[in-house]
Amino acid sequence: MIELTVNGRKHSVDVEPEMPLLWVLRDVLDVKGPKFGCGIAQCGACTVHLNGEPVRSCSVPVSAAADQKVLTIEGLAQRGQLHPVQKAWIDHEVPQCGYCQSGQIMAAVALLAKNRDPSDKDIDAAMTNICRCGTYARIRTAIHAAAKTLKSTKA
Amino acid sequence: MPTPLRLSRRDFLKVSTALGGGLALELTLPPSAALAAGTPGPELTAWIVINPDNSVLIRVARSEMGQGSSTGLAMLVAEELECDWKKVRTEFVSTNEQVRRNRAWGSMATGGSRSIRDSQEYLRQAGAAAREMLVAAAAQRWKVSREECDAENGVVTHLPSGRKLRFGQVAQAASRLEPPKDVKLKDPKEWNLIGRPARRLDIPDKVRGKPLFGIDVQLPGMAYAAIAQCPVFRGKLVTVADERIKGLRGLIKVVKLEDAVAVVADNWWRANRTLKLLAIEWDAGPNGGASTESIREFVRFGLEDSSVPVARNDGDVEAAFSSAAKVVESEYYAPFLNHAPMEPMNCTALVNGDRVEVWAPTQNAESTHAAAAATAGVPLENVEVHLTHLGGGFGRRGFQDYTRQAVSIAKAVEGRPVKLLWSREEDMQHDYYRPMTLMRFKAALDSGGRLTAWRVRDASHSIMAGVRPQEIKEGVDRHALGGIVDMPYEVPNLRIEFAMRNSHVPVGFMRTVFHSQNPFMRESFVDEMAHAAGKDPYEFRRAMLQGKPKDLGVLDAAARVSGWGSPLPAGVHRGIAVQDSHGSYAAAVFEVSVSGAGELDIRRVVVAVDPGYVVNPDSAEAQVQSCVAYGLTSVLWGEITLKEGRVEQSNFHDYRIMRIAEMPKRIEAVLVPSGGFWGGMGETPLAPLAPALCNAIFAATGKRIRSLPLKNQGLRLA
Repeated sequence: MIELTVNGRKHSVDVEPEMPLLWVLRDVLDVKGPKFGCGIAQCGACTVHLNGEPVRSCSVPVSAAADQKVLTIEGLAQRGQLHPVQKAWIDHEVPQCGYCQSGQIMAAVALLAKNRDPSDKDIDAAMTNICRCGTYARIRTAIHAAAKTLKSTKA
Repeated sequence: MPTPLRLSRRDFLKVSTALGGGLALELTLPPSAALAAGTPGPELTAWIVINPDNSVLIRVARSEMGQGSSTGLAMLVAEELECDWKKVRTEFVSTNEQVRRNRAWGSMATGGSRSIRDSQEYLRQAGAAAREMLVAAAAQRWKVSREECDAENGVVTHLPSGRKLRFGQVAQAASRLEPPKDVKLKDPKEWNLIGRPARRLDIPDKVRGKPLFGIDVQLPGMAYAAIAQCPVFRGKLVTVADERIKGLRGLIKVVKLEDAVAVVADNWWRANRTLKLLAIEWDAGPNGGASTESIREFVRFGLEDSSVPVARNDGDVEAAFSSAAKVVESEYYAPFLNHAPMEPMNCTALVNGDRVEVWAPTQNAESTHAAAAATAGVPLENVEVHLTHLGGGFGRRGFQDYTRQAVSIAKAVEGRPVKLLWSREEDMQHDYYRPMTLMRFKAALDSGGRLTAWRVRDASHSIMAGVRPQEIKEGVDRHALGGIVDMPYEVPNLRIEFAMRNSHVPVGFMRTVFHSQNPFMRESFVDEMAHAAGKDPYEFRRAMLQGKPKDLGVLDAAARVSGWGSPLPAGVHRGIAVQDSHGSYAAAVFEVSVSGAGELDIRRVVVAVDPGYVVNPDSAEAQVQSCVAYGLTSVLWGEITLKEGRVEQSNFHDYRIMRIAEMPKRIEAVLVPSGGFWGGMGETPLAPLAPALCNAIFAATGKRIRSLPLKNQGLRLA
C-alpha cells in the first residue's frame, strides 16, 4: 500500500509503485482534473503540485509521491473561493476547449508562488505547457492580472 | 454548461413504454442542472425548457470543441426569446431523443465552421416562437390582446396596465399552445445580445477542472482499454502471442480486431502496459515499402500526367501565353499534417443485449450513434450517445474509427462499460491526415504587368474520395480545389486542372481543410507575379479584386491597420495575403525580420476578418489568436513523414507544437463585419497566414518559400 495526500485528504492505494501518479489520480482516486496528453512529460496537461512543486504527473511514479502532498486543480479553491489565477482565467476568458487548462493553471500558480511579479520572459520560461487552441496571449494577460491581485492581497 | 439531456418525467415514461420499460439508458444519466434547481419546467419547442424558477435551459445540438459555439448558439435563441441571459444554461441534445423525435434538432455535425451559420435561422426562429407562446399565454391569462403585451428580460408585460408575469409563471400554459408557424425575426439593429461580447458559459467549469471530457467519463464497474493498430495503414492483424501477459495484474481480456489489438484491464495504465508486452504480428499488405519520397513522387506524377480532368477553363490560356510579355512558373508542396488535439481519441461504450450506450467526444453525435448501432448490429432506437466536451477536434473527431473500436471491444466484455483511450503514439500514427498536395502554376503577364493568363495543375489526395465520392464529378474534386477553382481574382484566361492522387495514407478534414495549404500556394504565387510585374503586392491584388467588395474590404482593412507602405525599422519587412473560406473573408499582414543565419522574428501579425455578422466578438477574437497558433505551428514545423509504410512521428517531441514563448507577441484581430450574411469564424482566419508570412520572408530575404514546413527551408524562430 502506498499512502499519499491529495488535496488535503489521505489515501492508501494498492498499486504498482511504478504506476504514474497521473493514472493513480485519474483511474484509482477519480481525480479527473489532471489530463493525459502525451505520457512523456512534453505537454504538461497532467501538471499537479508535489509538495508545492509543479510536476508532470504522467512521468512521476506514484512511489515518488508516497507520504507526500499532491495538489490538483480540484484542491486550488479555498473555502469555496477560487484561486486568484482561476479568477483571472475567468476574467480574461482564457479557455477554449479547456483540456490543457488544468495543467496551465497549476503551472501558473506554481510560477506565481515563486515569482510574484513575473516578466514576459519569466512566463515564457515557466509556462512550457502546450495549448493546441492557442490561448497563449490570454494566458499571459491572465498571469499578469493574477500577479497584481496577489500583490494587492498580500501587501 | 452543457450536460447530457435529461428527459422530463413525462418523456421518460413515454420512452419506457415505447421500449418496454426498465431502460437502463435514462437511469444512468447524471442529474442535470435543471433538476438540481427543482422540478423542471416544460419544453417550448424542442430547444427550450423554461423552469419555474425562471431559469432557461437551451439545448445545443452541435459539439463544443473550443470555439465557444455552444455559447453563441444559446445567444441566438436567447436573442429572440427575450429571456434573462444570466439565467441561461445549456445541455447537449440526446441522440436517442433525436432519433425518436425524427431529427427535431437538425444536424448535429460540427465542422466546416458551420455551427452558427447553418443553424442561426432555425435557432432564432425557435426563440421567437417560444417567446410568442409565452406572450400569448400571458395575454390569455390577463384576457387582453397579444398586441398590448411585450416580452423583455424574462418578463411579459401588459403595457397599458403595467402588469407583469415572469416566464416561469406562464411557461406551463405556454407549452400547451401550438408554436406559431411564422415568426418575424428581429432586425439586426434591434439585437441586444448578438454582436456584443458575452462571457462563455463553459469557462467557469473549465477553470475548476470539472470532468467534462470524454476521457473523464467514469461509470460503475468500468473497464479500460488500450489499443495497438496496424502501423501500416490498410494492413491487418495476423496473430497475437499473449504468453508473456498471463496472470498480469488487472488484465481482463485481449480483444482482437481486424486491424488492431486491444487490451482491457482494470485501469488504463495496466491495459497499456500489458499491450506493450504482446508480441503482435501484422500483415502490412502492399504498402509496407511506402515512404514520404515514394508517395511524393506518386502524387507529383499528377503534375506531369498529360491527360487530367479540367475543372475550369475560361478564355484561351494557350493563346495568352503565346503573346505574353513575361511568364512566371512555379511548383509548390505541402506535406501531410496531424490534427493533434490535446485529448487523444477515446470513446466509452456499454453493450447490454441489444442496447448500446456510448459516451464520446465527437464532432457529430449522430454519426457516432449510427456507427455504434451498425457496429453492434442493433436498431438506431436502441442506442444512446452522450456527447461530452471535446479536448479539441480540428476535424479529427468527425471520423468514427474510435467509436467502432470501442463498441467492438464493449461487445467482447458485454454488460460492462469500457473506456477506450488511445495513447498519443496511436493518435499521431493513426490520423486522417491533412492531404499531401502539390501544385504547379504558370502565369502570363502583359507589358503593363497585368495578369492575362493563369494555368493551375493541382495534384492532391482527395478527402471526398473517402467520405463522399459522389461529389467527385468527372474526376474533378472541387472540394480539393478550394480557394483555387473559386478564386476571387478576375483572370481573363484561367485553366485549372486536377489530378487526384490517393496514396494509402488516410486523409481528412483538418482545420481550414484545403484552405490551409491551397492559399499558401495561390497567394505566394500571386506575390511572385506581383514581383515579376514590378508591382506592389497589395496594389497588384487590389487591381484584380475590383468586382469583389468583401475580399477587397478585408484586404484594405489589413493594409490600413498594418500601415502597409509606411516605413519600417531597418531589416523589418511585410507580407500580405487574402483568402475567403467557410463563408467568411480574411486577409493578413505579417511583419518579420530574418537574420543571416535564418532566424525568423515574427514581430507583428494583423488579421482582418469579415464574417458578416459576429455573434460573440470576444470569442471571434479568440479564434483569430487560435488560428495564428494552429496555423503557424503547421507552417513552422508541421510535417508527417512515412517510412516503410508507417508514420515516423510518434509524440510531441518529434511533432512540435507552438508554446507560449513562440507565440507572436503582437497579434491584432481586426473584425470588420459588414453584415447581411453569416460566415464561419473558427477556420477562415487561418487561411491567409501561411502565404502572408512566406511573402514577408521573401520581402526580407529574397528567398521564395515553395515547400513547407519552414524548418526544412533553413528557417527557425529567433
